[in-house]
Order: sequence, then C-alpha cells, then structure tokens
Amino acid sequence: MSYSVSVKNLTLKFGAAEVLKNLNLDVEEGEFIVLLGPSGCGKSTLLNCLAGLLELSEGQIHIKGKNVTWAEPSERGIGMVFQSYALYPQMTVRGNLSFGLKIAGLPKADIEARVQRASEILQIGPYLDRKPGALSGGQRQRVAIGRALVRDVDVFLFDEPLSNLDAKLRSELRVELKRLHNRLQNTMIYVTHDQIEALTLADRIAIMRGGIIQQLAPPQEVYNRPVNLFVAGFIGSPAMNFLKGAVVDGGKAFQVGNTKVSLEGYDGGTNIERPKAILGLRPEHLLIQPEAEAGMTIPAQVELDEPMGADSLVWLVAEGHQLSVRVPVENRPKPGATVHLKVEIHKASVFDAESEQRI
Amino acid sequence: MSITSLPETDRSVPLNRNRRSALIALAGLLVAEVVLGSIWKILPQNSAVSPNVFTALMFLMVPPILFFIYDAIWGIKSRNSKMASYPMMLIALGVFVLGTLWTVMFSFTNIKIIPLFTPADWVKGFVGLANYKRLFNTSRWMDCPGLTKAFQSGWEFKCAGALPNMVTYAVLSIAISVSLGFLLAVMMDQKIRAEGVFRTIFLYPFALSFVVTGHVWAWIMSPEYGLQHSIRALGWESFSFDWIANRDMVMYAIVIAGIWQGTGFVMALMLAGLRGIDDEIWKAAKVDGIPAWRTYIQIVLPMMKPVLVTTFVIVSSGAVRIYDLVVATTDGGPGISSDVPTRYIYQNFSANLGQSLSASTVMLVAMAVVLIPWIRVEFGKKSQA
Amino acid sequence: MANTSTISAEPSGAKPKPFITWERAVVYTVLIVCALFFLLPLYIMIITSLKSISEIQGGNIFVPSSNPSLAAWEKAWNSACTGLYCEGIKVGFWNSIKITVPSTIVSIAVASISGYSLANWPFKFSEGFFTILLLGSFIPYVVMLYPIVIITRYLGIFSTLPAVVLVHTIFGLPIQTLLFRNYFASLPQELFKAARVDGASYWQIFFRVFVPMSVPIFTVSVILQVTGIWNDFLFGVIYAGPTNYPMTVQLNNIVNSAQGGKAYNVDMAATILTGLVPLTIYFISGKYFVRGIAAGAVKG
Repeated sequence: MSYSVSVKNLTLKFGAAEVLKNLNLDVEEGEFIVLLGPSGCGKSTLLNCLAGLLELSEGQIHIKGKNVTWAEPSERGIGMVFQSYALYPQMTVRGNLSFGLKIAGLPKADIEARVQRASEILQIGPYLDRKPGALSGGQRQRVAIGRALVRDVDVFLFDEPLSNLDAKLRSELRVELKRLHNRLQNTMIYVTHDQIEALTLADRIAIMRGGIIQQLAPPQEVYNRPVNLFVAGFIGSPAMNFLKGAVVDGGKAFQVGNTKVSLEGYDGGTNIERPKAILGLRPEHLLIQPEAEAGMTIPAQVELDEPMGADSLVWLVAEGHQLSVRVPVENRPKPGATVHLKVEIHKASVFDAESEQRI
Repeated sequence: MSITSLPETDRSVPLNRNRRSALIALAGLLVAEVVLGSIWKILPQNSAVSPNVFTALMFLMVPPILFFIYDAIWGIKSRNSKMASYPMMLIALGVFVLGTLWTVMFSFTNIKIIPLFTPADWVKGFVGLANYKRLFNTSRWMDCPGLTKAFQSGWEFKCAGALPNMVTYAVLSIAISVSLGFLLAVMMDQKIRAEGVFRTIFLYPFALSFVVTGHVWAWIMSPEYGLQHSIRALGWESFSFDWIANRDMVMYAIVIAGIWQGTGFVMALMLAGLRGIDDEIWKAAKVDGIPAWRTYIQIVLPMMKPVLVTTFVIVSSGAVRIYDLVVATTDGGPGISSDVPTRYIYQNFSANLGQSLSASTVMLVAMAVVLIPWIRVEFGKKSQA
Repeated sequence: MANTSTISAEPSGAKPKPFITWERAVVYTVLIVCALFFLLPLYIMIITSLKSISEIQGGNIFVPSSNPSLAAWEKAWNSACTGLYCEGIKVGFWNSIKITVPSTIVSIAVASISGYSLANWPFKFSEGFFTILLLGSFIPYVVMLYPIVIITRYLGIFSTLPAVVLVHTIFGLPIQTLLFRNYFASLPQELFKAARVDGASYWQIFFRVFVPMSVPIFTVSVILQVTGIWNDFLFGVIYAGPTNYPMTVQLNNIVNSAQGGKAYNVDMAATILTGLVPLTIYFISGKYFVRGIAAGAVKG
C-alpha cells in the first residue's frame, strides 16, 4: 500500500464526454512514469487531475497514502512544471521561486535556504535577480523546475516541459532531467507526446488513448512487446511494419500472401490458428539478404531508399505490403532489385486482426 | 478568441475545509444586517441618506446570506468567484433584464409620473395598445403621408418626425461612414508615409464629446456668420449653405457632423481587420496576377465579414441612440424638424410617461432588428465549432 | 526620368521606378483632402476662440484673427453664463472631475473582477450572465433610463453625484467586462494553474499575479472610461442634478443661453475647453486609445 501516487477508478467527464474512463494507476516511490499518447488521449487531463486543477467525476487519488481527491493543489505535496514555463513575468527568478513559499507563510530564512538549494542544484544562481523575460528558454525551464523543487514535494508533475524548446536544448535538458531524478529520487510523472523522451526517461511508460491506459510497462517492454496494435504503431520511429495474413499450421506459421513464415521462437502464445492476424515487424528486425530461406524469408522488391547518415531506410514491397527496413547505409540495395527479407521472429509481434491484441 | 467560448476549467473544492470561512462570512453578514437594521432608526430625521438605502442594502444582502448558509452546509464550488461576480449579476438581472422588462410591460399601461411597481398596478393601469396608437398618431413622433396622399402628390413619400429622422440619420451616417471608413483604411494600408499622423487626424474627433462636435458644426454651418457668410463675402453672392436652418435639410447637416465624428472609428476597426489578414493571401493574389482593387473587393472584403458585421452593429447601435449630437447642433430645430426618438422620450418623461415607455419599446424592437445579424455571426460560430 | 538612359538592353539590378505612380498620387490626394476635412473644425474652433466678436461678425470664418486674444477663453472659463448663473465652465469642469474619477474607479474595479471571474473561474451560469450584459450593452439606453430613475429616486440619490456614478458603472460594465474577460482569457492558462499549485487563492491570484501583469489593459480601460464618462451628456443631464451638471451639459447651457447675440468666440473657447481633457488623453495615449476601441469592438 505504500504507493507514492495511486489513482483508483478515476473517471472524468466534460459534459457528456468521458475524457478519462475508469482509470487505475499505481506509481512506486521514486519512480519516473511517463504518460505518452497522441493529443487528446487524456494524458494532460490526467496530470491536471493529479495536480487538483481539474475536478474528477468519480474515483479517488491518493498521494503518499493520503486521500487527496478533494484537496487543493497546494495541499497535495506536488510540484508542477508547465510547457510554457508559466513563470510570473513581473517577478524576479527569486520572486518566482519564493512566491508559493511566501503564500504558505514560511519563515524568511527557510525560504532563503530553499531558494539557495534549488538554485545550486539547477545552476540558476547567477539569474536569481533577473526577470523571466531576460532569460533564454532553457533557463526559464530550469527556473520552472526550481519552482517545483523549492516546494520540497514528494511528487513532481511535468506537463510536456520540453516541447517549447528547440531540438538541441531539448536533448540537453532531457539528460539533465534524468540526472536530477537520479539525484533527488523523487517520484516524477511526466506527460509528453515525444516517444524519444518517453523511452529515454521513463522507468515505466503509460501509453494512453481515448482516456484509457493501453499499456503500462518499462520502455523496452513497450517497444518489444506492445500489447496491441495501437501501442505497436505508436511507439517506434520509423513505424512498425504490419503484414496482414493468417496464423496457420496449428499456430506454427504465419501466412502472408504466398509466403509462410515459421513462428518457431515467437515470444508469445500462438498455438491456435487465426484466419485474420497481423504480423508486426520493426524496421530493424528485418534483414535483407540475396537468397531465400524456406520459412524464414519473404521475397520483396526494393522501391526506394532514404539514406539518413549512418543508416538508410529502404522501402520495399512484399506480398502487397509496403515495408521499411533499416540497413547500414553502405549495404543498401539498389531500387528495383529483388531481395529476400529474413524475419527475426523472436522479436516480432503477432496481433489478432479483430481484437487488435497481441497474441 | 470568441466572445462566447472559453476553455473548460473548473476547480476541485475540498468541501470540509471551506466551511469555517463560510461561517465567518455568514456571521459577518448577519452582524451587518443587524447593524443596518438598527442604524437608520437612530439616524437624524433630515439625514442626507435616505432610509431606503438601508432597506435596499439589507435586501441585497439576503442572497449572499442564503449563499453562505448553503455553502456552510453543503459547500459551493468557486465560491469566491461567485461572490465577486455578485455586482455583475445584480446589474445584469436587476437593471438590464428587469429594467427592460419593466419598460416593455408598463408601456401597456396609463401610468403617470408616480412609479408603479407591482403586478397589481400593472393590471389596474392596463390600457392595451393605446399608448402605441397615440404614439403613431403623434406627428412629432412620425408623420408619414398615407398611401393615397402619397399617390396624389406623385409618390413624394417624405416622412417627418422623430422616428423617420432617426432612420434618415442612421441610414445615411452608417452608409457614408462605413464606406468612407473602409476607403480610408484601404488607403492607409498602402504602406504610406506618415501613417500615424493620418490616423491621429482621422480618429481625434472620435475622442470628443458629441456636444463638442455639435457646437463646432453648428457654428461652421450657421448661415449668419459661418461658411455661407464667409463664402459670400469672398464674392460668390449666390452661394447657399443653410441646411442647419432648413427644415428639409437639417438632418443632412447633422449627418455631416456625425460622419466627421464617427468615420475615424470605422477606419480604425477596418484597418485592424485589414492588418489581420494573412500576408500570404496578398502574395498568392500577386502571383496569380489579380489586380489590387479586385483582391480588395473579391477576396479581402469577404474575409472581413466578421469585422464588417461587428462594425455595423456598433455603429448602428450608436446611430439609433443619437441624442447629444442633435441637442448640441440644433436642439431639435428648426421647430421640431430634427427631433429624434431619445429626445422625444426624454422630454416626455415627466408629463407623458406612457408615450416615453412605448416609444422606448419601439426603439428596443428597432435595435433587435439590427442585432440579429450580429447574434447570428457571434453565436452561430459556437454551434459550428 | 533621368535614369532611363542608363537602362541597358538586358534587365539588370533594381527595376527602375518612376518618382511617383498615379495610384500613389490618388492615394495621397484622397488622404490629404480627408485630413483637411477632419482638421477643419479644430482649426475653426481655435481661430474663432481667439477672435473678438466684431472680427467674427465682420470677418471670414477661415481667416485667423489679426489680433488674437485669450479674452474669450478667460470669459468662458470664469464668467460665461449658463442661464442659471455666470461662473463660467470651470464649474462644469470640476463637476466632471468629481463624476469621472469615482465612476472610473468603481466601474473598473467591478469590471476587472467580473472579467477575471468569467475568464478563470467560470461557473454554471456565468456565461449566461455575461451574454445578458453583452446584449444589454446594445439595448438603447432610453429603455433603461426610467427604471433607473425609479431606483435612484427610491434610494434618495436621484439628482446627486452617487446616482450618476452608479449609472456610469452600470453602463460601463458590459464593455469593460468584455475587455478584461478577453484579456485574462488570453493570458496563458498555465500561469493560472501554476499560481494555484503555489497555493494562491482567488484574490491572491488576482492581486499578486494578474493585476501586476495587466497594466496595459488597465491603461486601456482607464482611457476608455475617462473619455467615455467625460464625454457623456445624457446621464449627466438626467441623473446628476443642476448643481452637479458635468462640463458637457454646462457647455450646452452656455452656448444656448444667448443673451443679446451669440458670443461665438466664448462658445468656441468653452467647446475647446470641454474637449481638452479627452483630446489630451487621446494625443498622449494614441496607441492605447486605438487598442481600446479595437479591443472593445473586435474582441481580444
């Protein structure tokens, strides 16, 4: 029962629309959870519910074992960092950091000490007396994190904190965030639509769609064993290849067009035949080779390739499906060539076409 | 950002926690109630403050007291917001809704100066449409030739009276100030030099009072020593510009003053609208080889429809209200030939309240006709979204 | 065109342009003619106020005085007659100040808080009330004039300063509330959320976070209210009572109380004096004034 954050049967309605549907989520002490999903999936809404900025329709929220369902945001032991930084423009950095503490009526010395500590951790000491308008985007986001830090809270909530930054700064701050988490060991709940952030930062990723958590698992598992077609298609760039076919031979093989691929070594249970199934293969789980191997390869025709520095993404047509394969740039085949794709079946995923669930 | 849509936000309120502050507020209000209830008894008889003020305040405090009782027992969401909006709600309901209803309702009665409030008074004084019949039979309000008369005079269909005067003023001043304002805005949009100077010049009359505008133009147009006198003195003996003293032309003189005051405002709105149009529209039109004037008429003007409708509604609601300008320029003269509804209504307040109220109701209906396009634009947007 | 000769057979470099195209000539001509039309009354007001009566009667309205004097201004300010007494328009000036200052403060206080509530703390019927206000702002004033006469008479404040302040607050509320509501709604929602996470209450968010960053909109609002209230005539004449008549009403009375021939120079001096406060505000705050009327009309 010592979850840091525990969401129980949370439902949220805006008028008639259910934005979050009977949602459950338990977060361990010190865990870094990333809520990931397309826009409109309810991830930010869930975060706002956790913060107490939105009233939920049904269910409960517990933080540190305390029921905070009806508590004010400031009473929940949370700190929040926003996408637009949301720094008070008329206050200095110091004023921004100490505003909440002053409202809480903390003694001056205590406030000063906390601001000092936060500014050391985040290295914003030199800007303490500047206003947010005079800071760069990265500096502003550090101050915004500092505002959560001084509150000395158990749980940090991040609402797409890096989305407003350019690509280079984003990757820098990503590393810093990870370092910060390692150092503080606080529980962090982090909303993003950027799967790189999710994969690099998270202890566990919660992938959401339509107000429901589709899968809650460590990044590698989400990547390698997506529970359903949506998760499989959402995670991974370039996207996973999907081959429509059937599970045949008593669950021993996957039939796509005229080709049969053996399912021996597949990581999952496929001991029944399915007339409609989908084989999901990531671009790096296909190997291009010149010769066919029975039950292991699919014949394909090279259409074009997209060199991307070290790798090249080769687009092929196989059994009526368009596929992409990642190959080292020096090994890329010529457009028009006929090749054979070797399937690394132990890394593949098979989905039922009806239920869209992994089997 | 539309007027009518806002992001969905609400707040979670810990009901148990706010109970104490609700009780404090309730206690405060009750003490105030008692103090107000006793203070006017010890007030000197000839006090400047009417005892009714205390009665009214005590009455106005009843809803907040009920509010906090409810709050203390069951809790209320967004309590501060609701309390802080109380004056706004009071004005919206008490003045805008009830005031309008009162005027409309009592326009069907024969009440005189003494104010009547109750439904019983209304029933007692009910006279049906009598006020309206009298109103439209009053030549000072409206004097139009009947169909036969108009036919006999060769379809010379000239109406006189306050209402037709207002319509004349509204139609002409809106038509001219909107088209002139648009023209000026288009010219200001040509990357001209000294744009700020021109804008300042066009807009400054709008900062002035109608009374100021009226007196200046009355002086300029005065036949005695004004424009007419000066041009004649220069040798053009037959020059005549005496609209302000001419029963048939006086409304046009007022229109001139109105245009002078209001065109800059239209120009400013139109210019804001023009500047709001995406630059790429212009680039596309240029690449397609469409001449600038056609781009304005066929592409830009339709895109500015919301601005045009808003401008039209604002300008016409102003034109319907016209009062100060007439009072200052002609004071309704010569005779009553430039009378307008607001002046008619105001002058009947003391002697002929039924006429005032029925005329006010007519104005309300006239405004509703103008408001409909705006409501359709403003509220239609919401249903589409 | 001097540079025609330098054009080589092949087009190269900047395209030669004539000094002025005929389109530009038309644009500038129209603008200048219109500018003259708009400036003319101001010019005539000023030169008339500097003339003597005999110069006005004998001279040309467009020609400035050969012997300008401020005598008419002095008379207009100090001793022009309104029909009741001869104390000049200064009485009206001070009355207008007494009306404008409290009306502006009260109406902006009510409107800014209402706008903040509507934008950031909406509740069930809040938009309904706002719609009523908005529609109410288009209802002709005459419809609500008599009910307000009844209310103020009941309260015993008819024909006093509080009545006229109340009326200006009421009729200023719709547009001012719209202005503030749209402004607060345009501020980032996250700022409001951040303040709530920091534990700030309804009033703390308003006074410590929003008001300090809303100086521009308060400026716009003050400009709109001051000019609007200063320029009002109808409410002043109905509700203020003769001893509190604002400057516009006094001006009208001075001009209309012709005793033995109109003193156009004094009238024009009084007219300029009446227009001076809004004009000064307008010229000082040009951009804000434009922003105000545009914001009130075209929405944030």
